[in-house]
Amino acid sequence: MTPVAPTDDTLDLGAALADSHVAEVLATLDAELIGLAPVKTRIREIAALLLVEKLRMQAGLSAGPPSLHMSFTGNPGTGKTTIALRMAEILHLLGYVRKGHLVAVTRDDLVGQFIGHTAPKTKEVLKRAMGGVLFIDEAYFLYRPENERDYGQEVIEILLQVMENQRDDLVVILAGYRDRMSRFFASNPGMSSRIAHHIDFPDYAPDELHDIALLMLGQLQYRLSPDAERALVEYIERRRAQPNFANARSVRNALDRARLRQANRLFSRGGGSLTRDDLMTIEAEDIRASRVFKDPAASEAER
Amino acid sequence: MRLTQGTFSFLPDLSDDQIRAQIEYCLAQGWALSIEYTDDPHPRNTYWEMFGPPMFDLRDTAGVMTELEDVRRTFPGHYIKLNAFDSTRGFETIRLSFIVNRPRHEPGFRLVREESAGRTVRYTVHAYAADRPEGERYE
Repeated sequence: MTPVAPTDDTLDLGAALADSHVAEVLATLDAELIGLAPVKTRIREIAALLLVEKLRMQAGLSAGPPSLHMSFTGNPGTGKTTIALRMAEILHLLGYVRKGHLVAVTRDDLVGQFIGHTAPKTKEVLKRAMGGVLFIDEAYFLYRPENERDYGQEVIEILLQVMENQRDDLVVILAGYRDRMSRFFASNPGMSSRIAHHIDFPDYAPDELHDIALLMLGQLQYRLSPDAERALVEYIERRRAQPNFANARSVRNALDRARLRQANRLFSRGGGSLTRDDLMTIEAEDIRASRVFKDPAASEAER
Repeated sequence: MRLTQGTFSFLPDLSDDQIRAQIEYCLAQGWALSIEYTDDPHPRNTYWEMFGPPMFDLRDTAGVMTELEDVRRTFPGHYIKLNAFDSTRGFETIRLSFIVNRPRHEPGFRLVREESAGRTVRYTVHAYAADRPEGERYE
């Protein structure tokens, strides 16, 4: 018997929203993460659902705890881990996970090395993740169809059981590359049906990558000279066309190497005084020295 | 005879909610919880069997409670206790320990008097339950 609340009672959505601080988290999400429009929409929807569920509960309407397990699919460097961290924060603010920490694991942390090793190992990880979010990176490695005695299957069974029975104790997020994850879900239909939110992370457009680069540099307190700005645009264009392009991660690596070259340039200048500006500015030559600007065969090795 | 030992020996048995609150406190202190069980009620039996390794790096009570449900299912008629280990330098010891499960019927102890040389009497405390082999003591 569900309690019946007076129907004319109004609930203050604004107050509930302010109370949960979720708007702030969503705002920082918008400010600090560039692009990813479908992902942000979905997170907004989930946050809205959780808030409305909470209000429904207050109004005495039936509110089953929603299933919050998610799968993040997308190419390397599209921000899956970053979003998972934010997700833990949002869920914590909305009161759906009690502690709001993120436990990030891969196959190695879950699968044992001999018979009887897997279950305790997996359970230990699950116990650590309780009250928070369990993030399984490259989850498709758990299932190896070519080896029927692989212990990964055992992990999947334990996971399924906990995902079903202890929904209010932890949220599981599986992440991985798109095609491999869809193959993983195809061979594990039980897993697929227990995950309510399949979120796809799109690749970044060149101008988004440019914005990301500027944001990263801003956080590190660097700036680009106008020439370097042009070089960066060109760099991103060339790098995107090359194999092993990992979106934001490639950009970050490129910037790290540019910083390296900048330091070396200042270093090899020998004596003389340096201004604060010199220390902050990355010149075009720092970026143009990259292998990406040389012949394609040579840049093959670069990842 | 109701066996008592540990931190809350003077209190009635804790309910699950009270156990949860104690675990919450332990985790907030950064202590690692572990579970031990035995079916030998003798007071000098200090080293009980471990049920799994101590649980380090836990953040939430749910992890410990899952394990507790597990041990209660496995050994419903045993004594089970929760220990909280403090790894802080200088302590490095158990800070809190209490019984969370006991057999339904506890027959208690017999006092054995042994007459020895002269008029000397030696006393032995003998648990009635210990007459039966291990694992069959409390059915």
